[in-house]
Amino acid sequence: MSLQLALKINDRDNVATIFADGIVSGSEVEVRDKQGNSEIIKVLGDIPFGHKIALKDIHPGEEIFKYGEEIGAATKEIKKGEYVHVHNLDSMRGRGDLKGERNK
Amino acid sequence: MNFMGYVRPDGKVGARNHVAVIPSVICANDVAQAIVGQVQGTVGFFHHQGCCQLPPDLERVTDTLIGLGCSPNVGAVLIVSLGCEGTDHERMLETIAKTGKPVQIIRIQELGGASRAIQAGIDAAQELVRQISGLQREPAELSNIVMAIKCGASDTTSGMASNCVVGYVADKMVDLGATVVFGETTEFIGAEHILARRAVNREVADKIYEIVNRMETRAKSLGCDMRKGQPTPGNIAGGLSSIEEKSLGAIVKSGSRPIQGVLEYPDMANGRKGLWIKDTPGREPEILTGMACTGAQFMMFSTGRGAPQGFPSMPVVKICGNPNTFERMSHDMDLNAGLIIRGEKTIEQVGEEAFQKALCVLNGEMTKNEAIKYFNSIDIHTLGPVI
Repeated sequence: MSLQLALKINDRDNVATIFADGIVSGSEVEVRDKQGNSEIIKVLGDIPFGHKIALKDIHPGEEIFKYGEEIGAATKEIKKGEYVHVHNLDSMRGRGDLKGERNK
Repeated sequence: MNFMGYVRPDGKVGARNHVAVIPSVICANDVAQAIVGQVQGTVGFFHHQGCCQLPPDLERVTDTLIGLGCSPNVGAVLIVSLGCEGTDHERMLETIAKTGKPVQIIRIQELGGASRAIQAGIDAAQELVRQISGLQREPAELSNIVMAIKCGASDTTSGMASNCVVGYVADKMVDLGATVVFGETTEFIGAEHILARRAVNREVADKIYEIVNRMETRAKSLGCDMRKGQPTPGNIAGGLSSIEEKSLGAIVKSGSRPIQGVLEYPDMANGRKGLWIKDTPGREPEILTGMACTGAQFMMFSTGRGAPQGFPSMPVVKICGNPNTFERMSHDMDLNAGLIIRGEKTIEQVGEEAFQKALCVLNGEMTKNEAIKYFNSIDIHTLGPVI
């Protein structure tokens, strides 16, 4: 199977977006950044086209960055290579259900 | 740089030459629809507002309908009034008539009911269409253009391909002296600090924070997590995990030029130049109406999942960031920005194609949604309850 690509947008990011179909647990993806650096990461779990992969271990409560900006926080332990989405990432905004929400 | 447009008596220049049939209230929609169905060259705005609402909303609906009638893409107007509605149809008539365009009004109750009003409306619309249909396009500066921007049915390709293309065109239009307007205040949440940095002054930056705070407070008022409302289930299926992620991708479509100020929903551009924000929700029927009301001659609409709709009087150019969607929905998508995701083209290359496409559309080429009349589900954004 040929190598599949994922894009890391900003140096600060701890996730990358996969633009390939058929990525299943154990697949290897090539994560590229804008400088042309690349890293091969083994995927843990199946990840659909356009969805995100963790580039490092992320601990519960830790911020998740894409575009160099915060897109939410981890709700559980996320391993490098794991699928990152609504099951383990919580939005920090528009949260009428939370008290004491951060509001920038 | 020029395009070929219809010069209106008030000096604005349109890219289309429609007779707009405007119901002043939802109760007039059926009559308006019958007129539009019969008379070639007409479009209708079948909204759901105009009565049993609080006065600020009634004023907002009246102002928005006036803005739609004053739009340069509209050459003449027929107002369809019931007679007892809450909107001010007489103010609509007077204000739109000030543009110098032909305007007529029919009143359903006064005419003796629906069938008589349909007959009178068809006769009136026929006359209006005959009055304006011979008008010829003339060369006009692109600085006359108001370009509206929107992204809808987004996925993660939107922020990395199609929104970048729209941003490229937005910058180019601003540099050519045109007006560019973007909105979707909900989709500034989590990215407002970046927009505020682009504001021309502190006052505009504060206003950006203010409208985002206002929208977020409304979203939180039901005491729940707004996820599923924003981002939508379609956005989530497309890989967007939070409103912050959606917003950071969404604001890319506004390009990089300074933000001159914030327009309220019913405001018209009226000669304002450069890049502006209009305070709108993200949902299509309401934002498209708000943008047409601004006076936009066309909209550039970025999508990843595939949003098919347009607006009756304003051509909507669909730029698709997802190559798979473009192939599946090629009859709804005007341009494939998915080639950027595949690494086959650059943002600049597709950006130039999108700019050329915009010129063709301004000169009269129909967009895909326009050709199949996929544009009737519209509405006006109101703030208070229906009472």
